[in-house]
This record gives sequence, structure tokens and C-alpha cells, in this order.
Amino acid sequence: MAYLQLEDIKKSFGEAHIIKGVNLEIAKGEFIVFVGPSGCGKSTLLRLIAGLEPITSGRLSLDGKDITHTPSGKRDLAMVFQSYALYPHMSVYDNMSFALKLAKVPKDVIQTKVEHAAKTLNLTNYLTRTPKELSGGQRQRVAIGRAIVRAPKVFLFDEPLSNLDAALRGNTRVEIHKLHRALGATSIYVTHDQVEAMTLADRVVVLRDGLIEQVGTPMALYDRPANQFVAQFIGMPSMNMVEAKAIPSFSAQTGGRLPADGFLGVRPEALRVHPGQGLGAPARVELIEALGADTLIHIDVGGVPLVARQNERTALQAGDAVSVELDPSVLHFFNREGRTVAA
Amino acid sequence: MQPDNFLGVALRTVCAWAVTLLLFFPLGWLVLTAFKTELQAIHVPPLFVFTPTLDNFTEVQRRSDYLLFARNSLITSIGSTVIGLLIAAPAAYSMAFFRTKRTRDILMWMLSTKMMPAVGALVPIYVLAQTAGLLDTRTALTVVFTLSNLPIMVWMLYSAYKDIPNEILEAARMDGASLWTEFRHVVLPLSIGGLASTGLLCLVLSWNEAFWALNLSSAKAGTLATLIASYSSPEGLFWAKLSAASLMAIAPIVVFGWFSQKQLVQGLTFGAVK
Repeated sequence: MAYLQLEDIKKSFGEAHIIKGVNLEIAKGEFIVFVGPSGCGKSTLLRLIAGLEPITSGRLSLDGKDITHTPSGKRDLAMVFQSYALYPHMSVYDNMSFALKLAKVPKDVIQTKVEHAAKTLNLTNYLTRTPKELSGGQRQRVAIGRAIVRAPKVFLFDEPLSNLDAALRGNTRVEIHKLHRALGATSIYVTHDQVEAMTLADRVVVLRDGLIEQVGTPMALYDRPANQFVAQFIGMPSMNMVEAKAIPSFSAQTGGRLPADGFLGVRPEALRVHPGQGLGAPARVELIEALGADTLIHIDVGGVPLVARQNERTALQAGDAVSVELDPSVLHFFNREGRTVAA
Repeated sequence: MQPDNFLGVALRTVCAWAVTLLLFFPLGWLVLTAFKTELQAIHVPPLFVFTPTLDNFTEVQRRSDYLLFARNSLITSIGSTVIGLLIAAPAAYSMAFFRTKRTRDILMWMLSTKMMPAVGALVPIYVLAQTAGLLDTRTALTVVFTLSNLPIMVWMLYSAYKDIPNEILEAARMDGASLWTEFRHVVLPLSIGGLASTGLLCLVLSWNEAFWALNLSSAKAGTLATLIASYSSPEGLFWAKLSAASLMAIAPIVVFGWFSQKQLVQGLTFGAVK
């Protein structure tokens, strides 16, 4: 049975329809990531679940109880905000214990809980400091600690890593992952970063224009995207998308599985680039991006720009003539409307 | 230092001193005159060196009971500040955190009431006060001071609250805070500077208010502003006593302002520098 259930949730601000009917079932202990481009409604959906915005229509239930109109403080959810939203005038200890104090939890219980959370998050030495005396990463941990201390039914994360620099973001991502392993708490995590989505999620929810495009495990989305949008949104660099008739040699290599007016989707790693003329489509190297562990080769196949990725380093240079082959086992086919057609 | 740069700095310094002296001169002259005899006060050419006397101050207290007026000033300005804060704080809170399409208009409308000359409302307010039997009472002055300061107080508190990020309030809501807890434990401590400077400004404005004080009060409820005025016309001009009365009237608020000027400046430039 679903722990948190969204039934035909809609949200409008005046004439603007932001969430256009979302159905989703989240199981207890699951880590769900909402991902999508800016303005897709992912943050709004999270705020609806949090109770920070009223739901226009639909039903939201948690642990068997209807919480559609319950005020946010009574939903037993904790949220980690993008800006951390720590109370600037309170010490780290007071920040973390504020909710418990309001809930009239006995002082010694509060102390045990806060000290335990502080230990987990490496904050023990900072409990008496105020937020402005902490670094960005430490503030982030306090914000997470404030949520942990409450032991809520669901954790909500609103782009919690986007204010951190790249190195710290990687570390904190791993920490959040470990924390979820340790606590097993149901979590909903909003991000526009698909790496975060892929690495953290049990299931990813891809949103666009206020609607769910696809829900699935990260690998399911990567291997079996429901449509062009998901195919191109998940994966870095994104999937090459070629019109069926644009490269005749490719159409031949697919063995007639490609719809005549549809699109062929090729992941960068499914393109094999061979030096010189040979089997496959003739192409020209436009640019080489050597990333160390792997190499991105930007090529031009008869006017169509494509990106190939290989693990080996390359001796190729911009301007070289090459030939391109497809790996026929991992191709994606889409019809004119962009929906995946069974291969 | 380069020569042209030096010239610029010198020029600016001279200008700054000139303006400062120009602004300070009347006040300085007032202080000097307060310690002169009436004869020395009207002496031509003006005297800069003389034997100071305290006679004017004792004379003012003897003739017109300075302490009564001072008490009236104290009660009306503190009263109007407290009442004003109690009304303005929740008003500004709702406008800053629960904005509607009309919020902007309401704020402009409030400010626009300050654009009308006060004398335009004199007759109706005088009649109201008279009908209610409140002429020459501290109640009437407190109410009118409160009302005339309210727009500025709402504006100042509005900008103080606007500086508090909404997410912090949302975090408090998620933590289970009621409206009152949120205000008491989050908004209040974060806007205490703005509240203080709003209160200070209101105190200064009420203390110095002369128009309504002169028109709605006289011997019983008059404030220090009316005391000064009473020394100007009917009995001819007594410059030294007028100066002494003025000095006694402004001294408390000047001393007060001196110690709170940091708060005041901070409040008046709220949101201007960021």
C-alpha cells in the first residue's frame, strides 16, 4: 500500500495551471527524486506536499490519513530548503531543537536527540555557533540535522545542493545517500541535476509542464525512456536524436526497425567512431573533448551533429575523416510524436 | 597624494565644513542666547563673549511650569509610539508576508495621506475633538500623533520585514510554529532593529510635533512645543527666555537622539544598501 499518495493533484495560480493532475504512489522508505527542467512544477509539487501552498484540487494522503488540507506544521514532514533557511538569530543547537521545543518534548529528550544528530552529521563542535559563523557545507548539514531530529514521516529536500560548490556538492550527495541508507526514511528530493537524480533515487519522477512524463528506477529511465523528452533529459551528454531519413546509412544499420517518419535515438556510448573511411556512415571530427577517464568526440555526419563517447583515448583530431557505426543492441526508436515505439 | 586630487579633497572638506556650520549656526546661537541676559541678547553687534547666566532657565520654570509641559511631551510621545507600534507591526506583517494585488496600492494610499497639508484636516479634527470633549487633553494629542505617524511606521516596518527571507518563515511553519510563535520567535528577533528605529523615529516626530499640539491643546495638555511658542508673541520678544525655553524643550530629545543615532540611521536606510 502506498505510504504517501497523490491523487490527481492540481495547482493553479489564477489562470496559470502549474500542476495539471499528478498521480503518484510512494512506498514507505523510498527515496523519490523529482527532476525536470526549470518551470516544470517540481518545486511547486513539493511545496504542495509540504503544505506551503494550498492544493487547488485532488487528494493527498499520508499513512492512510487525508492530509490535503492539513496545515504544514501538523503533517509530520520536515523540509530542507535550497537556502537552508536556518534561523539566523539562533545557535545550531536551538535551530535543531526548535521543532521539538514547540512540540513540548522534554528537555533531556531534546538534548539526547540533538546530540545524536549532531554526532551523525559531524556538528558536535559547532552546536553553540550561529549560522553565520558556519561554512556553506556546515549550514547545509545543520538544515539536514534540523530535519533528522524530528524523525518525520517524510523528508522533503528542495534542491538542497544547488548553493554548494561542485566538490562539496559531490561529497554532500554521498552523505545524503549514506544517511538515507542508515535512516531508511521516506524522502522526496527535488533537483534539476540529473546526476543527483540518477545516483540518489530509488525511483525518479520526470516532470514537464506540470505533468509526469515517466516514473521509474534510474536505470529503467536510462535504458527504456518512454519518450524523446525523458531520453534526452536523462544521460550526460544527452542522447543523440536523428530524424529517420537524415542519415540513410543509419537507417540501413537499424535493420528496418525505425519508423519511416520517426526518430532514431543513439546514446553517445552506442556510437563507434573509426578512423578513415570504412564501414558505417562517413563523418568528420568537429571537436575532441578529452575528460581523462573518457573522451567525447563531436562529429558531423552529413550535416547532422552527433556526440560519441568512448572509454579509450583517441589520436583523432578536429577535421579528420572518420566513419561511424551504431551498436544495434541499444538503439531507441521514436514515432513522429516523440513516443517510444517497441523495437 | 596627487595635486589635483589634493585640491578636490580640500574643496570638498571646505564645502562640508561650510554646510555643517551653516546648519549648526542657528542651534549654536540658540544655546549662546539662552545664557545671556535680555539686554545682551539684543545687543548690536552680537556678543560672543559675555558672562553666562542661568536666570532665564529659572525664570521659565517659574513663569510657566516647564515640568508640566515636559511631562505632557513625555506621555504623549511615548504613548503614541507604543500604540503606533502595536497597530503598525501587525499591519506591516500582513502586508509583507501575505501580499495581495492591492498591497502596493494600500501602501501608496497610506503614504499619500502624508502629502496633504495637515491644516486641511484641522477643522474636522478640531470639531471631532471638541465634540468628544477631548480638547486640551493628552488623549487627543496621543491619538492624533499616532495617526499622523502611522503611515511612516507601517512603511518602515514593512521594509524591515521584507528583509526577512520567506523561506525562514516557511521553515518555522514546517517546524510546527503557529502564527504567534512564528512572530514571537522568528519575526520579532529578526526585525528588532527595524522595530527599535521605527519606535525611535516616531518618538522624535511626536516630541517635535507642533501643529496639532498648538491647535488642540493649551495650558493643561500642552507639550514643550507649545511652551516655546508661548514665549514668542504676545508679550513682545524675549529672545533670551525664548532661547532658554527652546533649549530646555529640545535638550532631552537631542540627548536621546545622540545615543540612538546608530539605530535611527540604520532604520532610515533600511533596504537602501544591500
